[in-house]
Amino acid sequence: MKQTKKFWVLTLVAALFFSVALTGCGGKNKEESGAANGGAHSELKAGLVTDLGSVNDKSFNQSAWEGLQKLNKETGVQVKYLEPKKDTEIITSLNQFVKNKYDLTWATGYTMMDAVKQVAGENPNVKIGLVDAEVQAPNVASVLFKEQEGSFLVGVIAGLTTKSNKVGFVGGVELPVIKRFEVGFRAGVEAVNPEAAKNMKVIYAGDFSRVDKGKSAAATIYNEGADIIFHAAGMTGNGVFNEAKERSKGDKKAWVIGVDMDQSLTFGDEVTLTSMVKKVDEAVVKVSKDMIDGKFPGGKTTYLGLKENGVDIAPTSTKNVAPDVLKKVEEFREKIIKGEITVPEK
Amino acid sequence: MAEQHDIVLQLKGLTKRFGEFVANDHIDLELRKGEVLALLGENGAGKSTLMNMVFGLYQPEEGEIWVKGQQLTMDTPSVAIEHGIGMVHQHFKLVPPFTVTENIILGMETKKGLRLDKKSAAARIQELSDMYKLNLKPHARIDSISVGMQQRVEIMKILYRGADILIFDEPTAVLTPQEISELLGIFRKLTKEGKSIIVITHKLKEIMEAADRCTVIRRGKVIDTLIVKDTTPQQLAERMVGHNVKLTVDKEDAKPAETMLHVQDIWAKDDSGHDMLKGLSFEVKAGEIVGIAGVDGNGQTELVEAISGMRPTQKGKIQLGSDELTNRNPRDVSEIGVGHIPQDRHKHGLVLDFTIEENSVLKSYFKSPWTKNGIIQSDIIKEETERYVKDYDIRTPGTGVLARSLSGGNQQKIIIAREIERKPRLLIAAQPTRGLDVGAISFVHKQLIAERDAGKGVLLVSFELEEIMNVADRILVIFNGQIVGETTPKQTNEQELGLMMAGKLERGFAHV
Amino acid sequence: MSKMKGLVTRLRQESVWISLLSIVIGLIIGAIVMLVSGYDPLLAYQSLVEKIVGNSYDFGETLRAVVPLIMTGLAVAVAFRAGLFNIGVEGQIVMGSIGALLVGHFVSLPPVIHGIVAMIVGTLVGGLWGMLVAWLKTSRGINEVISCIMLNWCALYISHIVIRTLMEESGTGRSKLIQESASIQLDSLSAWMDGARIHWGFAIAIIAVIGYSFFMNKTKWGYEIRAVGSNRHAAHYAGMKVNSTVLRAFFISGMLGGMVGTFEVLGVFKYVAIAPATSGLGFDGIAVALLGMNTAIGIFFSAILFGALMYGAQGMSFGADVPGEVVRMIISIIIFFTAAPGLLRMFFKLRTRKGRKGANANGNDSVSS
Repeated sequence: MKQTKKFWVLTLVAALFFSVALTGCGGKNKEESGAANGGAHSELKAGLVTDLGSVNDKSFNQSAWEGLQKLNKETGVQVKYLEPKKDTEIITSLNQFVKNKYDLTWATGYTMMDAVKQVAGENPNVKIGLVDAEVQAPNVASVLFKEQEGSFLVGVIAGLTTKSNKVGFVGGVELPVIKRFEVGFRAGVEAVNPEAAKNMKVIYAGDFSRVDKGKSAAATIYNEGADIIFHAAGMTGNGVFNEAKERSKGDKKAWVIGVDMDQSLTFGDEVTLTSMVKKVDEAVVKVSKDMIDGKFPGGKTTYLGLKENGVDIAPTSTKNVAPDVLKKVEEFREKIIKGEITVPEK
Repeated sequence: MAEQHDIVLQLKGLTKRFGEFVANDHIDLELRKGEVLALLGENGAGKSTLMNMVFGLYQPEEGEIWVKGQQLTMDTPSVAIEHGIGMVHQHFKLVPPFTVTENIILGMETKKGLRLDKKSAAARIQELSDMYKLNLKPHARIDSISVGMQQRVEIMKILYRGADILIFDEPTAVLTPQEISELLGIFRKLTKEGKSIIVITHKLKEIMEAADRCTVIRRGKVIDTLIVKDTTPQQLAERMVGHNVKLTVDKEDAKPAETMLHVQDIWAKDDSGHDMLKGLSFEVKAGEIVGIAGVDGNGQTELVEAISGMRPTQKGKIQLGSDELTNRNPRDVSEIGVGHIPQDRHKHGLVLDFTIEENSVLKSYFKSPWTKNGIIQSDIIKEETERYVKDYDIRTPGTGVLARSLSGGNQQKIIIAREIERKPRLLIAAQPTRGLDVGAISFVHKQLIAERDAGKGVLLVSFELEEIMNVADRILVIFNGQIVGETTPKQTNEQELGLMMAGKLERGFAHV
Repeated sequence: MSKMKGLVTRLRQESVWISLLSIVIGLIIGAIVMLVSGYDPLLAYQSLVEKIVGNSYDFGETLRAVVPLIMTGLAVAVAFRAGLFNIGVEGQIVMGSIGALLVGHFVSLPPVIHGIVAMIVGTLVGGLWGMLVAWLKTSRGINEVISCIMLNWCALYISHIVIRTLMEESGTGRSKLIQESASIQLDSLSAWMDGARIHWGFAIAIIAVIGYSFFMNKTKWGYEIRAVGSNRHAAHYAGMKVNSTVLRAFFISGMLGGMVGTFEVLGVFKYVAIAPATSGLGFDGIAVALLGMNTAIGIFFSAILFGALMYGAQGMSFGADVPGEVVRMIISIIIFFTAAPGLLRMFFKLRTRKGRKGANANGNDSVSS
């Protein structure tokens, strides 16, 4: 009896480990040697430490890695990434690059902030790029996005597209960065449809990785009569798409506005109205090139908004968004870039 | 050799070693068609090892196995099964929530498309059951039928697979007297139909009753093969242990003194919550052995557990001398002075994965000198255990081996040593010789009598009438949770006791 | 009779031998997988070893990774010895970290003493949390696996609530830092190891290994736990209080888990993050305890093996571009073969031993009959 029980327990544990292994075993090919291009800067090395996700997350980390791959193609810089699996490994992953004398190490995500601060302090000669968080150190270049500006534009689309005059927002965790999405979105809706802004329903799922929570949050909002939801919730947002797909089967349409990348490419354009794109890849390329040119913006925080082409609506928006609405969007874009409109962030 | 007999199984020079230990040493044996061959030997003589080789569970280092004139290499049990050999193990291998039919066809399910064809299997089982008078209900669940019935399911499993050589490993160890005689009846039925049977046993009475021939094994070697009807139990026993043994116990008459245990009108429930003990009363005096006779399941287990503190009572009073035992916890009861040799030594008596040392202090580990300031004093325990090993003749390579690795008799000796050495005022012995061989049984009986003679009270609970008649000074018969009779071995016989146990005769209270 | 002794030692040796063989096979299969997927296994293993012992920083970090595995392995083992499956070490870690965080942040005490007090409080909170599982089991009959899993999530969300309401560092998704006086980092050793995060936990883990062995084998409470775990009927018969023993075992198990939480807060992070999931250290502890066969020395070595492999995974990733998942796969293969020693025997056709083992597994009966 005991023997059998032990056997099953062990098998279970083995299976658990194995399933973890399999989920991560997507085809990967990480080191891009720039040799093909003759590599003008192949003596330089840039690394990326993801937050506790993977470079295949269809979002933030993937975008950053695509940026580095682009950098490799264009300049020949050697690139490589590490994916810490436990939060204790964030610092050691950073150190892996630092101690191997990488010219620039990227860290993506606010969870990296403390680790970056420590590593940068201990190694004043290394350069670290930090996305989505801010560290005051002479050797750290922080990159923040003006999510509120992009969110404003999708807010305009939502405000003009909604038929029920009700829209909703699903956030991951109530952090300042996510709050910027919400506030910008609300301002955008308000600019074109004050009634919809007043009716806006906001839910924070409290989690970035729980599809089920996203789904139930979306269900609540759609049930109250909303027909468009903007999500800024990472993987939790996948649940919003799932819920919308189930509801869109009839003639009633339930729209989702995606985030970070063009999510219509992942979830199809039947429910994806548009996406608020954060061009992490562009930012990574830009700052890396500055480093190559000897203009590394250490100690500075770069804010990327509409003007800097750091945020935007997805290029595939033409598919589901009416042309006159897109025209309106362009008008607002101009106003924001010119500074005629300042989008609030809190 | 022996042309006039049809030999179905022949072993030639079979040898099996475990390391340096020779479990079977050039064993020769033959089984004739239609006979019951008993394989007699003490615990550890090598009987089971031999049969496991025949059944393909072990592979011999030397020797040959011939089945029906064909030499075979028994790699796995499937080879054995293929050639018509089946084995009923001592511990049944059944799935309790499955039905009889499901258990029997397990592993050889016939299918109709994707569905199991249970109907025709059940019909076939019914047919076989009628043929051999097994009385099986194909659709009953295993957990709802008695142990004796479960054994028949095991027999049916073998017959269903077409076996004609049946091996039984200690088949009567778990059965009530009634079930034993039924089983022996089944044996006769089977051999009449041309099946051949090997029974591993150390119970002389059953051999005399059911076997045609008896092969005696001692320390891995065949000592002799005897024709049963030409021999006596005495002779068999001597062959088995290698020296003279007494089958009856020598003892003086009891000299009962003051009342030791006083049980008055106790009520207790069984595990499923039904009243099991229904107002049961009796006494045990210092210096006497009181035997509780009865068919299993009439409240013996509950009675012993109620006294030893392992089962709550709803009503009534239990006292040891002037000390109150009613509904005390097992620790208190044991400290007040009750020793308890439990009925199931694997379930209660021992922690099988503990060493002999650890088991020998199972009840007193927490006290000085075994523990000081919460720390176990292994050296002192080892010393004491070594003494037990010597005084109680526990056969083991050392005191540090696991209890699991000892034979049943030696395991029982650990328990007896532990309980007696704690110097209890009352010793409860429940089925103390279950599954033991002749030598060990007589040892246990001597210990019980010695305790009596030292002025302790002894309560002996047994399903073996022979044991009760031999050892007890006073006999109480338990039936349906009550004491229905009281007598002494001198005033009664097994037939009368049997009737009382079946609830068909009440007598005795006048004799008190 | 000496043959029996020989047999016992042989069986003991056999299990050790199976563990070692499993490790080798795990590494070989890992190599094959890497080869098939186009990675260089030799370079990968070389990078693995370099990452583990290549320089003082990595060596120190390997130790840092091993420490919690030793502790969670012991935590799981204590419960296992009492016959229970503590899959709730995860939650006990979280509760321990919260306890240590509260003391570390809000209470002001002199250095060293502050750390000790914070550790004790965290450890006790973890222990009580563990005892809750045992209480549910003994008083309400709730299966410990189910309550453990549910309480893991409860612990996680309790930590969220505590941090959010009392001590969130706004905008960072984590708590405020503990006071410097509560730190249990060994700064001088850390500096000597190039900044690797070495803390008291290392010494405590070694003491815990020795203590576990002593407690289990030499004290009456350990004796009771083993008796209850091995045969609770016999324990009851022998007069032990089965329920209190179970409670005690889970309290100890929970304390060991809680202590891991305090290490992570006071020695590694100095804060607690509002994490979406628990750390996984408790689950790793199950594997460590199983591979270590619940013995002190076994757990010590299997924790070193797992910790080193998991930490070294980054090196394989960096040096040979092998995904860290391959390391997890190797670990799972090792566990798999330890779990099913029959498979190994099949591979190597260890016929003669098969019968032997079969007999032991089948019967509760004697070896030599």
